[in-house]
Amino acid sequence: MSDAVKEPSMLLQKEMIAKNYEAITSKNETGRKVASTFVPGNLNELLMCFGIVNNLPEINAIQNGMRKLSGSYIMEAEKGGHSEDVCTYVKADIGMMGKGNIAPNGKPFPEPDVLLLSYTGCYTFMKWFELLREQYKCPTLMLHVPYEGDGHATKNMRDYIVRQLREVVIPGLEQVSGVKFDIDRLREALRLSAQAEEHLVWTLEQGKRKPSPIDAYFGGVYYIGPIFTAFRGTPEAIAYYEALRKEVQARIDAGQGPVTPDGGSFDDQKYRLVVEGPPNWTNFREFWKMFYDEGAVVVASSYTKVGGMYDLGFRHDPDHPLESLADYCLGCYTNRNLPTRIDILAKYVEEYEADGLLINSIKSCNSFSAGQLMIMKEVERKTGKPGAFIETDLVDPRYFSAANVKNRLESYFQMIEQKRRGAAKAA
Amino acid sequence: MRCFIGIDLGSTTTKAVVMDENLHVLGRGITNSRSNYDTAAAVSKQEALVDTRLTLFRRALAGVPEVSGRVGEILADLERNFRRVQFLEQLDDLERTCIVNVQGPRFAGRETAVIDVLEETFRRLREHSAALFAPGARRKSDFFRDLAGSDFMQIGEAVCRDAGIGFDLILNVYDKSIITVENRPPAGDMEGKFLRALEQAKLDAGLVEKPVRDALAIPLEETYVVGTGYGRVRLPFPKEHIRSEILCHGLGAHMMYPGTRTVLDIGGQDTKGIQVDPSGIVENFQMNDRCAAGCGRYLGYIADEMNMGLHELGPLAMASTKQVRINSTCTVFAGAELRDRLALGEKREDILAGLHRAIILRAMSILSRAGGVKDQFTFTGGVAKNEAAVRELRKLIKENYGDVQINIDPDSIYTGALGGATFAVRAVVN
Repeated sequence: MSDAVKEPSMLLQKEMIAKNYEAITSKNETGRKVASTFVPGNLNELLMCFGIVNNLPEINAIQNGMRKLSGSYIMEAEKGGHSEDVCTYVKADIGMMGKGNIAPNGKPFPEPDVLLLSYTGCYTFMKWFELLREQYKCPTLMLHVPYEGDGHATKNMRDYIVRQLREVVIPGLEQVSGVKFDIDRLREALRLSAQAEEHLVWTLEQGKRKPSPIDAYFGGVYYIGPIFTAFRGTPEAIAYYEALRKEVQARIDAGQGPVTPDGGSFDDQKYRLVVEGPPNWTNFREFWKMFYDEGAVVVASSYTKVGGMYDLGFRHDPDHPLESLADYCLGCYTNRNLPTRIDILAKYVEEYEADGLLINSIKSCNSFSAGQLMIMKEVERKTGKPGAFIETDLVDPRYFSAANVKNRLESYFQMIEQKRRGAAKAA
Repeated sequence: MRCFIGIDLGSTTTKAVVMDENLHVLGRGITNSRSNYDTAAAVSKQEALVDTRLTLFRRALAGVPEVSGRVGEILADLERNFRRVQFLEQLDDLERTCIVNVQGPRFAGRETAVIDVLEETFRRLREHSAALFAPGARRKSDFFRDLAGSDFMQIGEAVCRDAGIGFDLILNVYDKSIITVENRPPAGDMEGKFLRALEQAKLDAGLVEKPVRDALAIPLEETYVVGTGYGRVRLPFPKEHIRSEILCHGLGAHMMYPGTRTVLDIGGQDTKGIQVDPSGIVENFQMNDRCAAGCGRYLGYIADEMNMGLHELGPLAMASTKQVRINSTCTVFAGAELRDRLALGEKREDILAGLHRAIILRAMSILSRAGGVKDQFTFTGGVAKNEAAVRELRKLIKENYGDVQINIDPDSIYTGALGGATFAVRAVVN
């Protein structure tokens, strides 16, 4: 396989990520503090107020998945007694620690100074940090985010989170960093966040165009990168999104589809899909190719909402800083209940004029995969569009069966085609 | 005449169906998939074309009043002779290949003796072939590998014993050669072979010859071929000629039973639950994922474990009086459970009944994932031929979905190929 073709915005993001890894791994020289924290509900702006660098174990696992390292890390973790059914992000992280804890820049990860657990929707996060705490013996700050079990947030929930921020998280971070909290610094970061969020929403909504100038899943994971990781609230993120918008705008002007890793734009779009569930990372490019080779473009996805549902209108708000952090945590896709997820996905199928919903269910994700079959059936019922279900894994290469996945995808695409012909005949 | 062909390359067998432009099935062919899908596709297609010729003969003989009422018998005779001509041709190929393979240090100094033994073995095999294809003879399988193989074992061993040569020597040559011969594309000249068969046919040769020759003169034109099944990407034709087996099974089931709304297909390595609309268009499907537990191969494995033929499992399970519960649908674990139950003194038939139920329970779970069972329900795939599996399925469908019409076509193994052939007709005719 030839080297993947990358757009300038991708290269820019690569530099940003490299810079962040550099900041993490050089903490002993620079004296900066490092927090380990998670993507959904990540409080990057708050960490920035204390000059703390943000290290995301999920992102490390993804990096290791894409760089074909996760398989050996997972086996290392299994040797240590973590069973086959445990979340493979966790095992990739634990296994990486067992094998020298080397960051993608080749330098060892230093020990974190604090574990900030702002857990949103995923109950494994808590267990994961218990393991890290055992290893690092560093302070753990837990922000408990109530699950939106009734489909909406209440004032009570918001107040509860704000109170935890005031009474636990902020004092804790002050103690770790030795920096006094300055709410104006937070306001400034949130102002920048909102600008970047505006750009992200614009980008994702271009999936409504025909042909779609973006792929909202395989391309989407790049688009969300800066906002979902260590750059929300930074000027670098805004620069990234400005560059991204230019690229997308240029494709719109030229009537072109997204750029694929094989190079060239993917214009001949036969099928428009909404996808639920994270992508498989170990065979990311191969997986993507199964879509564009058959003419399938993803026009909207739920995975690009796990770090915030900006498309539904939420923006970080400098005028209500702590409250907006609370709203952000509550509103992440992973914290929504099943009926809400169904409504969101059905709305995507309709608004993005998709041919149907495809679910990529994750073998090792017990908290998020539960109920997906029901989601599919309900979305089918609501939209009248056919759904399909495939199963892979996040970063365990043993659970990516290319022939089977391809077989199901091809069947699904041909089924859409056949239904269209049937409908055309009937009309 | 224009022929539309569907080929279904399964993991165990490869099936082909030939249709005319009016969607009438002219012929069906099946072969083992081997490790060579190209050859399997070519062989199954040729077999379907042989069957097509027989259909044409049948039509031609319908116009001969003197043979009225005996057409079936005449055609069976003709086909037997044709099969024997074909068998002898492949046997010659196998003999030549075996002799070429008698080389290397293990034969040093014994080459002539081994070749003599091989020649004698093949002479007897040819002689025995008359009995193999005699009227009323029961063959365990119609695949060359199985037919030649079982005879070779018996006859070869006897010849070796007489000659004082170790059987393992020629068995080694045989094993090497059968793969080569099996993977060689089929020899052509089907018409010539039918003519030779006609010469040997005993029944009403005078009356039959002209209509059969006329039917043989009709050119069979391969107008459009559609491929499906796991090996479909190996088929040497363009992408638009390839359809997913889900679509083909859905449409095939609709062609057999137009009232079909739910299809269950249990094949060698996958189990599919498919919902189709009134015109055979697939609405939804679910397949086993990540694991092939409870598929046809499961029964194959169990047959090996019990040292039985695959086709003997169903009938034995039907004789059970009490069902032994087998929990595992994992193929390998089921083997362990099987030995465990045998050790506990359970009867083979009762254990087998439990194993069949385990397969069907797994299929029921896939069916519910695919949206349940609607009336009418069509069961297809190799496992649909297994009466014990069908019995369990009927029971469980009734328990879970009430009175649903259950369709099982004796030719259900051809469902995917039938759907493929229908797609081929539609591609050209519509």
